[in-house]
Amino acid sequence: MIEFRSVSKRFPDGTIAVEDFSLELPSRRTTVLVGSSGSGKTTLLRMINRMVDPTSGTIEIDGEDIARVAPVPLRRRIGYVLQNSGLLPHRKVVDNITTVPLLEGVSKRDARARALELLDTVGLDRGLADRYPSQLSGGQQQRVGVARALAVDPNIMLMDEPFGAVDPIVRADLQQELIRIQRQVAKTIVFVTHDIDEAFLLGDQVVILEQRARIAQVGSPAEILANPASDFVADFIGADRGRRALRAVHTDGRTVLIDRDGRAAGVLLEGEPGE
Amino acid sequence: MNWLWNNLDLVLELSVEHLRLSLPPIILGFIVSVPLGWLAYRYKLTRGLVLTLAGLLYTIPSLALFVLLPPLLGISFLSELNVLIALTIYAVALMTRSVADGLASVDPIVRESATAVGYSPWRRFFSVELPLAGPVLLAGLRVVAVSTVSLVTVGVFVGVRSLGFLFTNGLQRGIIVEIVTGIVMTVVIALILDGLLVLLGRLVLPWTRLDARARRRIPVTTAVPA
Ligand SMILES: Nc1ncnc2c1ncn2[C@@H]1O[C@H](COP(=O)(O)OP(=O)(O)OP(=O)(O)O)[C@@H](O)[C@H]1O
Ligand SMILES: [Mg+2]
Repeated sequence: MIEFRSVSKRFPDGTIAVEDFSLELPSRRTTVLVGSSGSGKTTLLRMINRMVDPTSGTIEIDGEDIARVAPVPLRRRIGYVLQNSGLLPHRKVVDNITTVPLLEGVSKRDARARALELLDTVGLDRGLADRYPSQLSGGQQQRVGVARALAVDPNIMLMDEPFGAVDPIVRADLQQELIRIQRQVAKTIVFVTHDIDEAFLLGDQVVILEQRARIAQVGSPAEILANPASDFVADFIGADRGRRALRAVHTDGRTVLIDRDGRAAGVLLEGEPGE
Repeated sequence: MNWLWNNLDLVLELSVEHLRLSLPPIILGFIVSVPLGWLAYRYKLTRGLVLTLAGLLYTIPSLALFVLLPPLLGISFLSELNVLIALTIYAVALMTRSVADGLASVDPIVRESATAVGYSPWRRFFSVELPLAGPVLLAGLRVVAVSTVSLVTVGVFVGVRSLGFLFTNGLQRGIIVEIVTGIVMTVVIALILDGLLVLLGRLVLPWTRLDARARRRIPVTTAVPA
């Protein structure tokens, strides 16, 4: 579990990026931080691996105050995926994935074998292992980024708009892939996006942020949709417009949901999912 | 032309000597420039200082440097060491800016992501920043190599034999062929070193050759999940 306790961050130039932020991020679940540009999402994420240190407040990982953990070892046990993959352009795909395991003293052979397995995990052909990042498409690079983050088998994965720079079709693909991988590996994922659809799709817990990382609402996607805490949230999630607004029409004893264009979106069933 | 046939041995000997004198200043200059270039790249304060000093050093005429160094360092005026140090100074003066520019050319996102995955600053410098600065370093090194090869000739004025000997000797004795031979061989050595550096670059910077080709080869779709 990751826990923020009254965390604030004021940058040297006086910008207050985060103000009195408190939150629990449950283990083995995906928490999505969503908010408009400049709301402090990246800053929050980077405080978890000490790329940024809070001005006040504490952050704990499984009860341990990370201010007492040296940054380099801390970072090596946390996976990190960035928007532009952040792969090392001078290293082949396989070497990018094995970087941290090798730094940690894993043998070259074991690291390589594991890297090839990880290529399978993220849905890439093993034949790509000896290419350089510039020889891959954007979507493939992101997959390698995910594989690299998984390479040390971290408990925590930080993902900063990892699918923000790829086209919508590839993005949808990558999102499904992440859901599949998460089912398999069950990491504590902290995922940053400004796309509310992506947040609802991936998040077990969704945190909607206003400027200075003030929490507008925290909850499961269903909770937030059912009960937006404020006009800001309702507006942000587009609760009563667009494709989220469905109208119930009763026909032949069943309830059919109709979208704003009058097309049938589905049938309303009672009970828990999967029943 | 007769002179050349009769003195092939001398020309060969001087060429080898010339090459032997050129290499150490190039290598030493590179090694010294890395920390200096890093200082110039890293801090605003040291940037101005280091780069201005380097620029000034390069403007000192080589002969003046040969005369100035011995009393300053307590070494013999007519020594190879004198030439080695002077040429290293020129190499550093040229190369420091290249190192600074090279380090600045590294994509900040890559630098940041290296930090994020757990590179220590030290390690990041040598295994990420320095290699990625490679193409700019190589360009600088090529200039240094050519400049050093041509400067070695000046060493003849302090008694260090190189192809420069053919200039002075040819001039004294009025043998044009000898002078021309000196010039041509100096150029040849410069070209050989330059070619070797380009080859070295291909060897140690393999990813830089792909870029142009790679763009065209990017597949349209991502791989189908396994
Ligand atoms: N190093 C820094 N120095 C000064 N101000 C900073 C620094 N990094 C971020 N900020 C400021 O802190 C605020 C929050 O930035 P942050 O990058 O966390 O936002 P974000 O939610 O990730 O935005 P985006 O969606 O655009 O990525 C912004 O106002 C930003 O300008
Ligand atoms: Mg951000």
